[in-house]
Amino acid sequence: MMSRKQRRLWLVIACGIGVSSATALMLVAFRSSLSFFLSPNEVLVKHPSPGMVFRLGGVVQADTVVMGTRDNKPYTTFRITDGQASIPVVYTGILPGLFRQGQGVVTIGAMTKGDREFVADTVLAKHGASYMPADVEQALRKAGKWNPKFGPAPNAATWDDKSPRTIEADNNG
Amino acid sequence: MPDYTGQTVVSPIGMPPSRAGAWLHRFANPGRFQRLVQPVLPFLAAFAFVVTVTGLVWGFFFAPADWQQGIASRIMYVHIPAAWVAMNGYAALAICSLLSIVWRHPLADIAAKEIGPVGAGFTALCLISGSLWGRPEWGTYWVWDARLTSVLILLFLYLGHMALIRAFDNPQHGYRAAAILGLVGAVNLPIIVFSVYWWNTLHQGNSISVTGPSKIYITMLYPLIISTVGFYLAFAAMSLGRISSGIMENRARSLLLAQAERGGA
Repeated sequence: MMSRKQRRLWLVIACGIGVSSATALMLVAFRSSLSFFLSPNEVLVKHPSPGMVFRLGGVVQADTVVMGTRDNKPYTTFRITDGQASIPVVYTGILPGLFRQGQGVVTIGAMTKGDREFVADTVLAKHGASYMPADVEQALRKAGKWNPKFGPAPNAATWDDKSPRTIEADNNG
Repeated sequence: MPDYTGQTVVSPIGMPPSRAGAWLHRFANPGRFQRLVQPVLPFLAAFAFVVTVTGLVWGFFFAPADWQQGIASRIMYVHIPAAWVAMNGYAALAICSLLSIVWRHPLADIAAKEIGPVGAGFTALCLISGSLWGRPEWGTYWVWDARLTSVLILLFLYLGHMALIRAFDNPQHGYRAAAILGLVGAVNLPIIVFSVYWWNTLHQGNSISVTGPSKIYITMLYPLIISTVGFYLAFAAMSLGRISSGIMENRARSLLLAQAERGGA
């Protein structure tokens, strides 16, 4: 015979299992719509129809950024890559401060007919998880360990507690 | 006649405590809680203030800024600790809810009631500071990605809990109903933590790792750790202070009720 407390405890455990599995099933079911953006590879697989607005995310591919003006507005073309595929993007407007080559971005817009290019009306910069002082970034760059242009920072263990001088000296030694 | 501790008001238990119950109920006595907490509280509050200010001053004025974010990176000394306290504050609320539902723990009821507003404050601080960081760095105050949305839901859970626990004339009904909400809402906590790994989000992944190397440079990590300790101490001081005054409030109410009964008879 269970006491009232034990009965309540088992009831709470049973409800807990029920609620968590219901939530898990719901999250799995809505998996695709819970993702904030599609990667270039997913775009090639899923083929969103031209004109359908979606978010395209990835890294700004090195040496593909071309900036100019059109009708007195800043005009930028670049490619977004996820390492497997890359998609050309056209954007008219002011870019966020963090925009640069090798930076993660999320753009909102639609593909043109024939999957030629992605016309973005918004560009958001996606910041990485690393926090690094300017002198450490310079030291890594000088030591040839990281060029921000080619993607995210190297393994944190190689820099997160090293002085800029050590980073450069490691390279020479 | 309510005793000094106000037990007759908050304890509806009519059966002898079991073995586990006896252990739990040692800590359920509001009078003992007051004797333990009240002498410590001023020192805890002062210590929390000093540690938080140390962490924030170090972070804002002495730690280096991030190479590409510039001065806005310093918002993390408020944002990251606030986010941690918001989530662990809810975990504390959920544990109080469990103690309340299963063991009818009278102190847990008061604790759940008083932790709510403090946790909601830290959640709001996390959302506001994150949003102020997002404008210059991402290019937007707000996006509906999984991390931001699940933290907004956390704020609504706190606000819903605050409203529900105070919504009944009989406080016991409020405690029971709010405890169910508190436990069901706990399912949101793993979603917040893992959202940045389960789905593509605009929000970055975790910078701090307990098992591996952290992605924060060491001279930025120290002030972050100090301000985190400060935020936790501040959360503890505010919650304990509110619980303490919550107990006093119940005691005063039960004394007034007893007086009214005597007067009416």
